[in-house]
Parts: sequence; structure tokens; C-alpha cells
Amino acid sequence: MAALVVLLLALACTGGLYAVFAPAGKAQADETAQSLTIEEGKKLYSVGCASCHGTGGQGTSDGPSLVGVGAAAVDFQVSTGRMPAATSQGAQVPRKKNIYSQAEIDQLAAYIASLGAGPAVPTEQQYGPQGADIAKGGELFRNNCAQCHNFTGKGGALTHGKYAPTLEDVTPKHIYEAMLTGPQNMPSFPDSTLSEQNKKDIIAYLHAVNGEETESPGGLELGGLGPVSEGLFAWVFGLGALIAVAVWVAARTAKAKKS
Amino acid sequence: MSTTTSTTGTPAADAAGRSRGKAPAGERVADWADGRLGIYSLAKANMRKIFPDHWSFMLGEVCLYSFLIIILTGVYLTLFFHPSMNEVEYHGSYVPLQGQLMSEAYKSTLDISFDVRGGLLIRQIHHWAALVFLAGMFVHMMRVFFTGAFRKPREINWLFGFLLFVLGMFTGFTGYSLPDDLLSGTGIRFMEGAILSVPIVGTYLSFFLFGGEFPGDDFVARFFSIHVLLLPGIMLGLVVAHLILVFYHKHTQFAGPGKTNKNVVGMPLLPVYMAKAGGFFFLVFGVLAAISAIATINPIWALGPYRPDMVSTGAQPDWYMGFSEGLIRVMPGWEINFWGHTLVLGVFIPLLIFPLVLVAIAVYPFIESWVTGDKREHHILDRPRNAPTRTAFGVAWITLYFVLLVGGGNDIWATHFHLSINAITWFVRVAFFVAPVVAFIVTKRICLGLQRRDKDKVLHGRESGIIKRLPHGEFIEVHEPLSQEQLHTLTAHEQYKPVEIGPTVDENGVERKVKATEKLRAKLSKGYYGEDAQIPKPTVEEYKEITSGHGHH
Repeated sequence: MAALVVLLLALACTGGLYAVFAPAGKAQADETAQSLTIEEGKKLYSVGCASCHGTGGQGTSDGPSLVGVGAAAVDFQVSTGRMPAATSQGAQVPRKKNIYSQAEIDQLAAYIASLGAGPAVPTEQQYGPQGADIAKGGELFRNNCAQCHNFTGKGGALTHGKYAPTLEDVTPKHIYEAMLTGPQNMPSFPDSTLSEQNKKDIIAYLHAVNGEETESPGGLELGGLGPVSEGLFAWVFGLGALIAVAVWVAARTAKAKKS
Repeated sequence: MSTTTSTTGTPAADAAGRSRGKAPAGERVADWADGRLGIYSLAKANMRKIFPDHWSFMLGEVCLYSFLIIILTGVYLTLFFHPSMNEVEYHGSYVPLQGQLMSEAYKSTLDISFDVRGGLLIRQIHHWAALVFLAGMFVHMMRVFFTGAFRKPREINWLFGFLLFVLGMFTGFTGYSLPDDLLSGTGIRFMEGAILSVPIVGTYLSFFLFGGEFPGDDFVARFFSIHVLLLPGIMLGLVVAHLILVFYHKHTQFAGPGKTNKNVVGMPLLPVYMAKAGGFFFLVFGVLAAISAIATINPIWALGPYRPDMVSTGAQPDWYMGFSEGLIRVMPGWEINFWGHTLVLGVFIPLLIFPLVLVAIAVYPFIESWVTGDKREHHILDRPRNAPTRTAFGVAWITLYFVLLVGGGNDIWATHFHLSINAITWFVRVAFFVAPVVAFIVTKRICLGLQRRDKDKVLHGRESGIIKRLPHGEFIEVHEPLSQEQLHTLTAHEQYKPVEIGPTVDENGVERKVKATEKLRAKLSKGYYGEDAQIPKPTVEEYKEITSGHGHH
């Protein structure tokens, strides 16, 4: 009897739990759409990506495995034009014109995400400016990012021709994805290292100091690169102008009258 | 002489004065001042002082005026700057730093930039003027160097000028370190590291200077005293001494007709140079103010407050310290460990080379005067081509300096020219040794080529570009003979003979011991004035023979 009660209870629990956690009918309908998207993504993948990353995304000697990189990595790499890369690139794959539509990128991302769990594409709520602390973002940026990307994200050099690119006109979404996935030489900053709020703060700071509406209170920024460009400017336009003035003043002198 | 009292003048003069009425106001003021300061004789002696005219003689003026502008703007900045490292929270006008913790020094610099009327413009004039001041001193020094203006009697003034350049570097360094921003803080941290690398005393020196670590809690106040009081005070004294010596020695001039070693051909101080110099001051001020209004410099708000745990890429010092940055960037990171001590050669060797680079150019005049044995006074300037060895040395030094500047900015070169930073570093390592030698050889050859060209011009005249066809069909280019003035200018320079060791046996036939330094000197002198080191200038006989009319060559 007791055994029967336990069995019934166990069955009830399992059924109950299934009822609670089972995907809803709508989700099942989505699943078909999702699998279609994945199918489409796979087709795009075999045309544009498979030659380097392998037919199943397992990677080859020409490209790393994409299992587990997540949709965020695909969205970043493809929408910034870095992927697909040229067959022979230099030290680093550069940013270039994106050749895929957003729908195609989503399909590709869905396919890669289906290969293994990874970070998803962030939503506007995650990278948007609402509730961001610019000053905190600046502190975090100087602490985590400035050593490669410069004080205000103008970019900088890395070893052997590699470089940290400028962050000017990089969209908030892509900055978020880059922090999340760590493309190329960049370390990744998952939420356990930089929380969602931290990332939001950093993006808001960059927008404030290196955005389209950023004003430079002191005049021309000279690239925002610091003393090297300032020194060049001082030599060429400062001393250069003064020498030109000196030549002009010296040329205009009181001439002795010829008798 | 006063016309209203009769205590100083003779009765006759007074009577004469009275009969002419009161003297003009200006005369009375001058008289009042002369009675108390004795400026009449001083002015009489110097008002008609003659200065020669050449644009390159105004480079020193650029330095003097930018120095004055730096002092004027600096005084304004001290009114608002707080040289304190107490930690405060920022609540000023610059939004991206709101609520951040920072030192009072950094906060007050932000306030100067955003909340003090005219503060940002004055700050930018101060900083741009400093960069131009140092660049001006560099070029002025090179002008003096390449024209041989450092020769007797001006060696001490050369050293004064050199000291001004070095002191200017450190005044600049202590100045841009004051705001306590992340960039300058990194620079101070670098300096602290360099001091720490000195064996045995490094740690003590560092604590003495910074009052702590990373890099310390006292240095802003200390650097402030050094920056606004100690170094500018010494520099002001040196500037005055520099100018007094210019007056005392009289200005050098380029060779030309009527110009000798014993005269100065030019315009008098009053009124010509007073007007020109006065006007030039305002032109310099105007150019610097315009630049400061157009372009930003050291935007400390974008750099953030200094914290030892932060650093940015592109962390370079101002340009005049750039060669030291180059030294440290290209030096391999060597290290020796023994008995629990570390000798950081990667930092210590650059620290030793840093003063050597500067001293190399400073002592050159003394080396040259020793090698040449020339102890006479020189008031006529050399054209650089006529002193090939000196010119070549100067170019080699500048080459070394700029190679190190490239090393100091290796990351900017890498990103802007799409190069590998490692390749640039290796290039600088090799070029540090090779480039000055190549520059020396190339410059010397160019100088000799130019000497040959001068000789050719003197003997055959200027190529006019006019082609003439002779009756028998031959084409020749017409050469125009030079004017007497040009001939004089091109042949005015002296040519020296190499110093000989002299007979190695005395009159009694006893062998004399020749010192190694003597041999070295003879060898160097041969390098300066030997057959390969100068083209004999045309003699009168040569000139006469060619111009006597045997057709063109």
C-alpha cells in the first residue's frame, strides 16, 4: 500500500513538474520557425564560413571552432564586417563593410548558437543608456580598457602589428558583444567579471567622451593621442609659424639709403 | 638738470634754462630718473648698440618671449591651483567625472579648465608656450651649433644656454606632472621606477623625493615648489646672464662685404631693434594665443585622475622628454639577480644614457677647440658646409635624438603606419648605433659637395640656364660671373691646417715622448682639416687664370 502511495506521489510530482516546465504550445510552434532559421543559417554558413571553420563549425587549421561561441560573437564578427575574413589577412582581421543583412546574421547566429550554448545577442535594455553611471563607467574603462584602447577609446598598438581598434562610431551593441565575447586579441569580460550594469556604464562613458555629440572644450583634439601629436603640432604649427613670422620681420628692416 | 631748483646746476646754466622756460615733461621725467638711477650713461652706452639682421638670430627671441609668456600665464594659474594631494570628491561642471574621488590638485585643474574665467585658454597658452619654448631652444641651440657661434669668447654662454634647455626640460616635466592626472601620474611612476633602479641609493632617493610609494603622497606639493620657484628662478637668472653676455660679446654675424671679426654691421638697438623686438613679442604672443584657442593640449578631463592601478596606452611624455621614453622603450629588459638583490639594467642603462645624450652636444665646443687648437676669438659665423666635421657631428646628434623620439612614440608609429611595434623597436635598436654614423658620413660628403659647388661658382660663375650656340655648331651654357660681394662671401672663410705632432726628437736628437692624447689630437685634427675633410678654396691666382679669358669650361 505504502509502495503504491509513493509511486502515485512520484508520478504526480513528475507530471506536475512536467506541466510546469514543459514548453508551451506557442513555443513549440516557434521551435519549427527556429529550426527553419537554423536551417537557413546552416546554408549561409556552408557558403561563407565553412571553408575555414569546418563544415560543422568544429574548426580547421584556418579558423577556430565555433562550438559554444554563442550568437553574440557571430553578431559582432559578421555585422562589423570582420567575418568572413579574407583568406590571407595580416596580423589582425580588420573591421570592414558588412555584406550580410541583419536577418541573415540572425540566421547564422542561430545556427552557431545551436552548436553549443554561448552568450546570446544582448538586448537594447542591456546596452541602452537608461540608468547608466557615466563616471563609474569612466573609472571602469580606465581600469579595464584604457591600457589597450587609450583614455577615451582612440585605440592603440599591440605586439607584432596587432592593435586595439578605435571605439569611435562602434555601436553600443557591438561594444557590449565585444566585452562579452572577447574577439581576436581582446580578453572577454563575462558578467562574472564585469556585470551587466558595469558594461552599460562603460558604454555610456564612451558615448559621453567619444561619441558623435562629444564636444572638445579646448579646441581641436589632434586625434586625442596625447603628447606625440601635441609635440608634432607644436613643432609644425607653433614653431613653424613663429619662424615664418621671424623671417617676415627680418625681411622688413630699415634699409640704409643708397647715396 | 633741473630747471626748477638751483642746487645742482651752475648759476649760468640755470639762468639759461629759465630764459628758455620749463623743459618738456618727458625730459623732466628722464632727468628725475637719471638723478636716482644713473641710467643716462647706461642708455648712452647701449642705445646705439648694433645688432646684425638675420631671421635665425631671432630664434633666441622666440625663446625669450615664450618664456615671458609662460611666466605671465603661470602666475595666473597659481592663483587657482591647489598643490595638494588630499582626496576629494568631484562635483564640478564636467559630467563624466561627477562623484569620482581625486586629489585636490586634479580637481583644481578641472576647475581651472571649466569654472575659472579664461582658465582653459590660459592653461593652454601656458602649455603650448612651454612646448614651443623648448622647441625654440632646441632650434636656437642648433643654429648656434651649426654656425660655430659657440667658439671663443662665447663658450660660457653656450653652456648657459644648454643649462636653460635642460632646466626647461625639467621645469616642463614638473609642470605637466602637477595636475595629478592619469597620464602624468604614469610619467612620475616611470621616473620613480628609474630612480629606484639606481643601485644602493635608489630606494632612499625615491622616498626622499616622493615621500612614499606608487609614487607617493607628497610629490605634488614638492614639484609645485620646484616648478614655480626653484627652477624658474634659476632659469630667470640664467636668462639675464645669457643676455648680458650677448651684449658684452656683441652679436655674431655672417661673413659679407664690410663685415670683419672686429665690427658688427647692422641696425642700432634704438629705435630699430626696440621696435622690432617689441613688435615681435606681440607677434609671438599672438601666434601662441591663436594656437591655444584653436587646438587643445593635455585635456586632463579626458585622462582621468591618477590611480596606481590604472594605465593607458599612448602614455608618452611631452616631446622634449620623448627621447628618454625612447631609450626606455627600446632597451631590452635585462636584469641581474645576485644575493637577493636585483639590478634592473633595462631601466638603469637608459637612465645613464639619458644625461650622456645631452652632455655629448654640450661638451662639443670644448672638444673642437682642443682638437683644432684654435684659441682666437671668432665673431664671424661659419657656413655649416665650411665646417664639415662639426656639421656632420651635429647632424649625427640630431639623428640620434630623432631616432630615440621615434622609439618613444613607437606605438603611434605602429598604429598610424600599419607597422609592427616590434619591428619599429628593432629598427630603433639598430638605428641607435648605425643611423648617427651614416648621418655623419652622408652629411660630411654633402658638405664637401657644397664646398666644391662654391668653388665652381667662384671660378666659373653661376649657371644661367641660357644655352648658346657657337658659330661652329657647339652648344654651351652661359655662366654669369658672380658679383664682388658674392665672391667675397663665398671665399671669406678661413681654412685650417691640421695640427702636427711636431718633431719627435729635440734639438739634441733625443727622442721625445709623444703623449697618447697628443697623437689622438693630431689624428682628430687630420680628420677635421686633412685632405679629405675640406676642399681648398679658390686662390686669387686660380681665379685670375680662369677669368683672364680662355673661354668657358
